Amino acid sequence: MILNMGPQHPSTHGVLRLLLEIDGETVVKCVPDIGYLHTGIEKTCEAKFYQQVVPLTDRIDYLCPMTNNLAYCLAVEKLIQLEIPPRAQYVRVLLNELTRINSHLVWLGTHALDIGAMTVFLYCFREREQLLKIFENVAGQRMMTSYFRIGGLALEPPLDFWQKVKDFIDKFPERVDEYEGLLTSNPIWVERTRGVAYISAEDCIALGVTGPSARGSGVDWDLRRDMPYSSYDKFKFKVPVSKDGDVYARYLLRVQELRESNGIARQALEGMPEGPVKADSPKIVLPDREKMKTQMEALIYHFKIVTEGFTVPAGEVYHAVESPRGEMGYYVRSDGTAKPYRVHMRAACFANLQALEKLCVGRLLADVVAAIGSIDIVLGEIDR
Amino acid sequence: MPLQPSITDLEQLKDSPAVGALQSASLVESAKFDRDELTIYVNRAGVKQACEILRERRETQFNFLSDITCVDVFPAEPRFEVIYHLLSHSQKDRVRLIARVPGGDPSIESIVGLWPAANFFEREVFDLFGIRFLGHPNLQRIMMPEDWEGHPLRKDYPVEGYR
Repeated sequence: MILNMGPQHPSTHGVLRLLLEIDGETVVKCVPDIGYLHTGIEKTCEAKFYQQVVPLTDRIDYLCPMTNNLAYCLAVEKLIQLEIPPRAQYVRVLLNELTRINSHLVWLGTHALDIGAMTVFLYCFREREQLLKIFENVAGQRMMTSYFRIGGLALEPPLDFWQKVKDFIDKFPERVDEYEGLLTSNPIWVERTRGVAYISAEDCIALGVTGPSARGSGVDWDLRRDMPYSSYDKFKFKVPVSKDGDVYARYLLRVQELRESNGIARQALEGMPEGPVKADSPKIVLPDREKMKTQMEALIYHFKIVTEGFTVPAGEVYHAVESPRGEMGYYVRSDGTAKPYRVHMRAACFANLQALEKLCVGRLLADVVAAIGSIDIVLGEIDR
Repeated sequence: MPLQPSITDLEQLKDSPAVGALQSASLVESAKFDRDELTIYVNRAGVKQACEILRERRETQFNFLSDITCVDVFPAEPRFEVIYHLLSHSQKDRVRLIARVPGGDPSIESIVGLWPAANFFEREVFDLFGIRFLGHPNLQRIMMPEDWEGHPLRKDYPVEGYR
């Protein structure tokens, strides 16, 4: 029998449609059908100035906007060969790790909800609310932050930002203990997840799976550690790896990542260097508001950047960062004008989704829900 | 940092293991090292072989296919550049392979046999650029509706669409 699941199904985390061929309760074939959220962002990018693309990058993944901002900014900065001041790099790392926590919290809450544990969702969203308030405080927006700019940050974070982050970081490890208390040794949770939706490390590499989903199968690869960017090489953190390759392993691993991310955020907060948050490059970086109102040149540069953008030397780069879901890469090609000739996003979920068939075939229909949750997909990123 | 000029001289680049390995199979059309990234232009017919060499050779070990994408350089010919990003976990290195494909016959060999990961990537490029991947098991549109006309990411396709 062929069963249609989605696109309006609460456990597909968006508008994913699955065509499931089932024999009794066993899945024989699983074909994902995507494209319901395709908005042509890559085409839109070609019609915008370089700095106008930043808000578009938020929209492809509503759970980790900062990660996408960072990947795009790093790619363009690599094209221009622009050096970013250390303070901006540290704030970027700090916000990226908070974004990772935010994304993993939503994942944990909804994944547990799919499997039937209602309470975890409420706990996770309690902390997520605090994080969204922090993002609103720093960027003025809760979800579509667009806070990073080519050449640094939009502006210096407000004065009470640091204390708010510190309060959150101090309390967060206890909160993770609470989630673990609800799930890790819960017999129903273990029964539903252990040994379910297994995938091997070889299959992960062959199918292009990255991020926590691959590390849960023993692929010891994290771009933050192995190809560091934005001064990640100055931080000490462990990359959790598990060899079990099932839903339970991926769950444990992401919970450990919550703790590691909290540790990185703490290091960033404590070691925060002083100095500017924007690169010293007036033709590319918008001037401070005060300078713009008092200095003639700053006003001219501001006018030029806003009306005609800035030119980027011809060339092409690919820059990838470790997003909460895996390798988020931006391929940007410039033809020497103020608009990108081509922007391509290598979405982690797009590749990870290919593993779904491997995870589901031969398993029970009820396990499909657990399998979808465990690879943590965001459909906005898949369809772009 | 001032922008360093890119190195395009094959003599200087052949010390790099990837260029050396592909040159011994005479697959390299040209190469460039720009902004710390190595790009190798390979013959359209030799893409699969080049990927296989880069994956299997001990000195390269590009075991992971990061991405496949395409750029339309309309109205120049050959019109399309199909771009492969390979990653080596053991060498912690990346390489970019580019194959030029003419606009009159936009087809290239599929590499799904080497990396099943290429399946969705190639379908995406087919959908948005109209490049046919020969030997692909299921070459159908993936983003756009099945009855869509045209390939939206081509440069002669208007940003606002035809309608």
